[in-house]
Amino acid sequence: MTGSVSEVAKKKRALTFQELLFTLQRFWADRGCVLQQPYDVEVGAGTMSPDTFLRVLGPKPVRIAYAQPSRRPADGRYGENPNRLFRHTQLQVILKPPPVRIQEMYLESLVAIGIDLKEHDIKFEEDNWEWPVGGAWGVGWQVMLDGLEITQFTYFQQCGGMDLDPICGEITYGLERIAGFLQDVDSIYDIVWAVEPDTGRKVTYGEMRLAEEEQFSAYSFDYADVGKLWEHLNLYEAECLGLLSQVKDFGEMDELKLKRFPVLGAYELALKCSHLFNLLDARGAISVTERVGVMARIRALVVGVAKAYAAQREALTSLQTQEVG
Amino acid sequence: MADFLFEIGLEEVPARMIAGAQLELEQRVVKMLERERLVRSGAATKSFATPRRLAVRVAGVAERQEDMAEELVGPSVKVAYKDGVATPAALAFAKKAGVDVAGLKTITNAKGEYLAATSVKAGRGAVEVIAAEMAKELAGIYWAKNMYWRAGRPERFVRPVRWMVAMLGAETVPVEFGGYVAGTVTYGHRVLFGDREIELKDPGDYEDALLGGFVIAEVEARRQKIRKALDRVTRAGDPTGSGLLWREDHELVDKLTQLTEWPSVLLGGFEKEYLALPEEVLVTVMRDHQNYFAVEDKDGRLAPHFLAVLNTEADDAGVAVIRHGNERVLRARFNDARFFWEFDQRVPLMDRVALLENVTFQKDLGSYFAKTERVRVLAARWADDAKRLGDAEIDAKVLDEAVTLAKTDLTTELVKEFTELQGEVGGLYARAQGFSVAVADAIYDQYRPTSMEDRIPHTAEGQLLAIADKADTISGMFELGLVPTGSKDPFALRRAANGIVKILAEGKVPLGLWLIARSSADFEAVGETIGAFFAERLEFYLREARGQSYDVVKAVLATGSDDVRDAVARAEAVTEVRSSEDFTAVASAFKRMKNILAQAKEKGIASGATVDRALLTEPTEKALAEKSAELADRVSALRAQKNYSAALEQIATLRPQVDAFFEAVMVMSPDEAVRANRLALLEKVLGDFSGIADFSEIVVSG
Repeated sequence: MTGSVSEVAKKKRALTFQELLFTLQRFWADRGCVLQQPYDVEVGAGTMSPDTFLRVLGPKPVRIAYAQPSRRPADGRYGENPNRLFRHTQLQVILKPPPVRIQEMYLESLVAIGIDLKEHDIKFEEDNWEWPVGGAWGVGWQVMLDGLEITQFTYFQQCGGMDLDPICGEITYGLERIAGFLQDVDSIYDIVWAVEPDTGRKVTYGEMRLAEEEQFSAYSFDYADVGKLWEHLNLYEAECLGLLSQVKDFGEMDELKLKRFPVLGAYELALKCSHLFNLLDARGAISVTERVGVMARIRALVVGVAKAYAAQREALTSLQTQEVG
Repeated sequence: MADFLFEIGLEEVPARMIAGAQLELEQRVVKMLERERLVRSGAATKSFATPRRLAVRVAGVAERQEDMAEELVGPSVKVAYKDGVATPAALAFAKKAGVDVAGLKTITNAKGEYLAATSVKAGRGAVEVIAAEMAKELAGIYWAKNMYWRAGRPERFVRPVRWMVAMLGAETVPVEFGGYVAGTVTYGHRVLFGDREIELKDPGDYEDALLGGFVIAEVEARRQKIRKALDRVTRAGDPTGSGLLWREDHELVDKLTQLTEWPSVLLGGFEKEYLALPEEVLVTVMRDHQNYFAVEDKDGRLAPHFLAVLNTEADDAGVAVIRHGNERVLRARFNDARFFWEFDQRVPLMDRVALLENVTFQKDLGSYFAKTERVRVLAARWADDAKRLGDAEIDAKVLDEAVTLAKTDLTTELVKEFTELQGEVGGLYARAQGFSVAVADAIYDQYRPTSMEDRIPHTAEGQLLAIADKADTISGMFELGLVPTGSKDPFALRRAANGIVKILAEGKVPLGLWLIARSSADFEAVGETIGAFFAERLEFYLREARGQSYDVVKAVLATGSDDVRDAVARAEAVTEVRSSEDFTAVASAFKRMKNILAQAKEKGIASGATVDRALLTEPTEKALAEKSAELADRVSALRAQKNYSAALEQIATLRPQVDAFFEAVMVMSPDEAVRANRLALLEKVLGDFSGIADFSEIVVSG
């Protein structure tokens, strides 16, 4: 039996990690998605990038795709566990409003990366997504390919505590999982990231990232200075709150001041707090009793920003309509 | 007459919701057709469901509603005609009834002469009616979780609608819902049949047409296909006939039936070295995380195989690829579990006790450390009580060790990963770390029973730990006022109390429910509330787990709800004799006695303090007094031996005396002394024989 597997594997060369990313990006670009670069602030998931979290708000249609390195300090395993990472890579596709054939498009993307659907078992199993800190949730599925969860597929329903209309389709590919599957390796670190075309030398995922996993696991679990982390958290929180406190003055701002008001800056500060919370949590510095309280603080920031973002759009629209009128 | 077929095509519906929705759609369609006079009640129906569709077919649907005649009463003749000419009132009524003024009749009722008319409401065509009504029925279907998908949020449903089929015979019924108009086209399996259309000619073609599209629409047929494939594939994977079996799991069969349209099964394997991990962990990974069936050898031991149910049918090469993929995932999962297991051993359970201070049990009830200390006190106290009350063998040291370690597994990585294994992991770790089997077993079983069907902890120490843990949770929540109400029981306190009742009924711990209630509570009033709550759960247990009828349970609990095992024995004895004629006659007579005494009390008529033999005049009352006095000793001896059936049989022998007494004697004699004495006799009889149950609660039929 195993003989026939290698037969099949031999027939086609699996995509490298970077080819996988290229192919998916090309696929979605061809279907009208703008390719965005990864967001440059620490996030725990592609959903937290403003390209998803803020763009899903309001009526404006969006089609966007981007790879997002996602940091989850508590998931670090010092590079010792072949299946878990401190930082993994998601490919995030946002389609607002979702096209009717969104599921079929998704399946076509699997074909594009070399998965012959007739030779595999694919199931859409219920898996509803929720980010309480962002007041965000949706319903959807985990997509199972031969027993492996390769994608989270979500119809976003609420964000920042606000109902979305139109709603938004979100497809999140786990790139390491898919690459490991395609290349049939048992450790993430053995994934071939790229092949030098002239020498044929294979550059592995481990070569590119193992040191990072080792050191950031150690930092998150052993080195991070708890006192300083709290200080950072408090400082970022204070600055974010300072900005949010000015939201109430939107009504009195002129158009230029309003459109330059840094809601996006406030969001980065909120994301910093979220990441610091995750670090403190990994460090074991947050007791269960404290946990609820700190999460409520961060929720106030994140949801506050979402509401400010919506208010800013609305105020700008009304100013612009007045001008036209 | 024609068959009506309706199908709604959806993006994958959550497996857990399909069965309920299938039934509801069928009921709604049938009720709607009945309401609209399009089918007679009892019409033959058949329903279908897969992850991507719900469907129902109803036979014998009329093509039109029958016309319906209705008698209408209009204005009075006086108002309707002025000087023999029809007034606007008459004209308006004629218009409303749909007849000419000349066609109006006159009737005489209690109020006088009135206009009347026979209005004929023309029946509408079935296609029109169903098209108009169906959308409301669809919108009314209950889903545990709904979503919006279209701009402007016009409707909510479980998942986006993708197509609809509605046909009455060969005719299309243009039902509109979710942005679609129903037609006659359905779709097959996503991968095996793709986007191709399946055109239906007739409602009767439905199942067969879908089979051609690689979809088994009948749920039961899919389930059978899965079960047979599990058998076949297991046999094929056991060429030497060593007795390999897949582990029966009805819930998992159900789930996979609802996750597939065209199921097949493959047998995979894993390295034998993983069998060194506890079976509980392996099975949880396979079952709960991967939807795989476990496989066992002929001795019931886990074999290094699993069965995966696929939603496709692949050729040999494809099956090899899919097997390889599934094996790869399982290996990774087992590796994780092994990593956690080994990692957790670095901190022994004893060292984890202190860590429980950081794990909150409930914000007002403190940490799990605090809970552990409370449970230790309760368990020790009740171990003493149990020894005093019965001959329970409880090892106090084992019990205290088990209670102390019980919650420590909450701090382990393995439980953080597999929360459903809490308790069991603690037990496994205790054994691995050299604690006695008795300690490990008690920890392992602490959350049992989790349902009425689940077993109770094996050992007396395990039972006491489980009781004390549950009782502490209940008393803590009750003291905070977090009492279950109606359907709201967020802390599953009813389940906890059911567990206590079941353990007391089936276990080795001779404690009373009221003792537990009062002794677990810090405040007397709370103890009483908990006692009443326990009594309710005992009632539930006797009815649901023991199948006792409502009146027997009531009769038995009227005389005491403290001793659970005793209540069970009494209920069983009453049920055993209740069908005997003598017993029912005596029970009726007891009810009559109770009524007479209640009436006398109401009227302020006193009964004597004791029965005075000198005042017994009638022979029948003398006979009753003698026979009942003679029986009373015998019955009380039998009760003391807990031989309730024999006691009840004895009581039933009182029938001739009781019958004769009520035949001949009037209790409410005009002679005050005689009357008081007779009342005293009734009180004595009732008092002597109502210790097992209050027979007046027994409902006597006919």
